[in-house]
Amino acid sequence: MTDGWVIKNLRAIKGRAYPRVIGAIREPSWVFFEVVLPLFTVAAFAYVYQFMDAREELIGYVVLGGAMTAFWLNVLWSMAAQFYWEKETGNLQLYMIAPTSRMSILAGMALGGMLSTTVNAASTLVIGAFIFNIAFDVVDPLMLIAIFLATMVALYGMGMMFASLYMLFGREAHHLSNLLTDPVYLASGFYFPVKFLGAAVAAGASVIPITLGLDALRQLFFTAGAEDAFLSLEAELALLVGLCALFMVLAHYSLRYMEYLGKATGRLTLRWQ
Amino acid sequence: MDQEPAVRTEALTRVFEPKKKKEGSTVRALESVDLRIEQGELFGILGPNGAGKTTLLKILSTLLLPTSGKAYVAGLDVETQFNAVRQRINMVSGGEISGYGLLTVKENLWMFSQFYGIKSKVALQRIDDMLGEFGLLDKKDAKVRTLSTGQRQKMNVIRGFVTDPDIIFLDEPTLGLDVNASRVIRTYILDWLKDHPKKTVVLTTHYMAEADELCDRIAIIDNGRILACDSPERLKKMVRMNTTLSMDVTRLKDTAVFKTFPGVESFTFTEDGEKGLTKLRFVMRDESGVSDIVSAVLGQGSRIESLQKTEPTLEDVFIKMVGKGLE
Repeated sequence: MTDGWVIKNLRAIKGRAYPRVIGAIREPSWVFFEVVLPLFTVAAFAYVYQFMDAREELIGYVVLGGAMTAFWLNVLWSMAAQFYWEKETGNLQLYMIAPTSRMSILAGMALGGMLSTTVNAASTLVIGAFIFNIAFDVVDPLMLIAIFLATMVALYGMGMMFASLYMLFGREAHHLSNLLTDPVYLASGFYFPVKFLGAAVAAGASVIPITLGLDALRQLFFTAGAEDAFLSLEAELALLVGLCALFMVLAHYSLRYMEYLGKATGRLTLRWQ
Repeated sequence: MDQEPAVRTEALTRVFEPKKKKEGSTVRALESVDLRIEQGELFGILGPNGAGKTTLLKILSTLLLPTSGKAYVAGLDVETQFNAVRQRINMVSGGEISGYGLLTVKENLWMFSQFYGIKSKVALQRIDDMLGEFGLLDKKDAKVRTLSTGQRQKMNVIRGFVTDPDIIFLDEPTLGLDVNASRVIRTYILDWLKDHPKKTVVLTTHYMAEADELCDRIAIIDNGRILACDSPERLKKMVRMNTTLSMDVTRLKDTAVFKTFPGVESFTFTEDGEKGLTKLRFVMRDESGVSDIVSAVLGQGSRIESLQKTEPTLEDVFIKMVGKGLE
């Protein structure tokens, strides 16, 4: 009996996730970039808060935000811009001729990236908490898991959508990723409660799932987090679930369209064009 | 009832438009190509750089849309039934650097097999068997980035065959490889077809000897057009009606004069710097012009070291069709 469509696509997901996971183990130098470097930024903000004698949880927010930068960087550079690299090495054409859903290839990339980055982000969180003596007070672990998972799926769903939109890009993929790095740190409130930017900016920035995810995680990790919250936990969870569905659907259609466009213009493989 | 051909194209045309007008002009990569490749054939596509070989393969492997005309692979339309086509094919290109350098050879091959939904156990067994056949078993746990060019290309070829495709497209699979690595790949291709008589190989190549040795039929393509399509023997017969003359002479002052020499259909030459010889090769309408050529060579003060009438090669066919050799 031949295996069904679902089983075959699950194998494709596993296959594409594998190099991400194994790569994280075999390339320990990445730990420096993904764990140690964010700590420098965290330290800079934390010392400013300490110098100002600010509330303790603000330093906790900074450590949490620093840990979550790993996911945003992973989505920008290892999801969105990934097909640019894959085209350069000739992998993209092999993905395209494979008899599997393109979404499975992207899902594999996302899953592998999510797993390896979670380890790095958790390391940043633990080391940051140790250095700056942060006390976490998790009151609702189930909600924490739900929010984290919804944030990850929505965020990597966005990454999948970016990956397909970036597919036909050349070096401009780099510029776009650069452009989306620092402004998002600000707009999504990586190092401070997003509420302080005002409701309009916070609502706009909520299109990026990490904005809502961070806001909810602040509420779940720190008792004072609720006072600094933009929206309630329930509302944020509902919006994140909505974003999960939205980005998956958008990723599916943009991937299909970009593949067609690539085949029509010859930009899936022909580097000289 | 006729069996469905492995590949069929009808007036297949592909035009590339520049993104901006100032970036160049329109390129007609394929021009009304009609081809029929039967199941079980090892079909060669021979042509110079930019002839349209790779464009043709990319359309057949569902990576590129035709501008006009139709292409069918295993009876399936590559434009509208591309998902079904992909289940029947695979493709390997020469000089490929696909895969991930930090994975081992075995892991890389396993990863690609997973995109074809092959059970891990089956895939790993096939990979082991094929690594053995390609003499790469001792490299199965080596990281891909440590492989030599030849080893890497062998791995690429295994990647193409490990999914057991009905039709495999090989785009210059031995490009830049040494004699041994090329021989291993060529032998595998021939053995694979012997063991699987219904499977089809479509191969593009620069190498005349490779096309001559491997292919059941060859299409000669230039400027996007198929100039001839037949078995190597029949193609050679087309020029056998002519006389092919090879001559080694001490260095000539002027070779250009032979290109327009009366009775000469095509002319090529190479310089042997070490021996100080010029090697001339003429395809002539008949033997009547030989004495005039000899006189012209001697007239330039050159000495004839050897002169022989030879059997035509695929290269002679190519030169006759395309008007130039493959550099």
